[in-house]
Amino acid sequence: MNYMPGTASLIDDIDKKHLVLLRDGRTLIGFLRSIDQFANLVFHQTVERIHVGKKFGDIPRGIFIVRGENVVLLGEIDVDKLCDNVLQQVSIEEILEEQRLQQQAKQKTEKAKVTALKDRGLSIPKADNLDEY
Amino acid sequence: MCPLCGWDVLVSYLICGTLHSVDQYLNIKLTDISVTDPEKYPHMLSVKNCFIRGSVVRYVQLPADEVDTQLLQDAARKEALQQKQ
Repeated sequence: MNYMPGTASLIDDIDKKHLVLLRDGRTLIGFLRSIDQFANLVFHQTVERIHVGKKFGDIPRGIFIVRGENVVLLGEIDVDKLCDNVLQQVSIEEILEEQRLQQQAKQKTEKAKVTALKDRGLSIPKADNLDEY
Repeated sequence: MCPLCGWDVLVSYLICGTLHSVDQYLNIKLTDISVTDPEKYPHMLSVKNCFIRGSVVRYVQLPADEVDTQLLQDAARKEALQQKQ
């Protein structure tokens, strides 16, 4: 049943399990309880999922209100299409450690890039937004 | 309904899917999505349909054979002339 035919409405997605990708790169999974015209979302039984390589970890977060401007993508999770064969779930401590290592490696390559450019007399201005997408 | 619905589109070189609906903000709803690089974006494995906020979309690639570029050019030219008057 479509309340507003011809629009990309989220009204049919309410009370279903969803995955939302945020602009800072975070992934939240939970039940969508409320929406509005700005795509502000209210999530219930939210879990923040951190992906590093083929491993992932879930951190329970409770009830979340996401401001619409930070939403990149919202996808309905299909329970039949679960992916336990490819991804491996690990404990929270382990995934946080993996994430820390990944951040360190990324910072190292960034630093190497900046010094290489500096040696050639070029410079890329640092972006002041922390968006991943 | 929008004439593009049912076409296969590629959004920002990342997500391919069938266009389900679009709204005034150019928010996009796609069905049967596939990610171009599943290794880089593993979270999308269990997602079949998605809603993409219009403000984050950079490009939308449409099937080339479905678009009549000649007609589009003429219509755009006419509209530009009307706007000038």
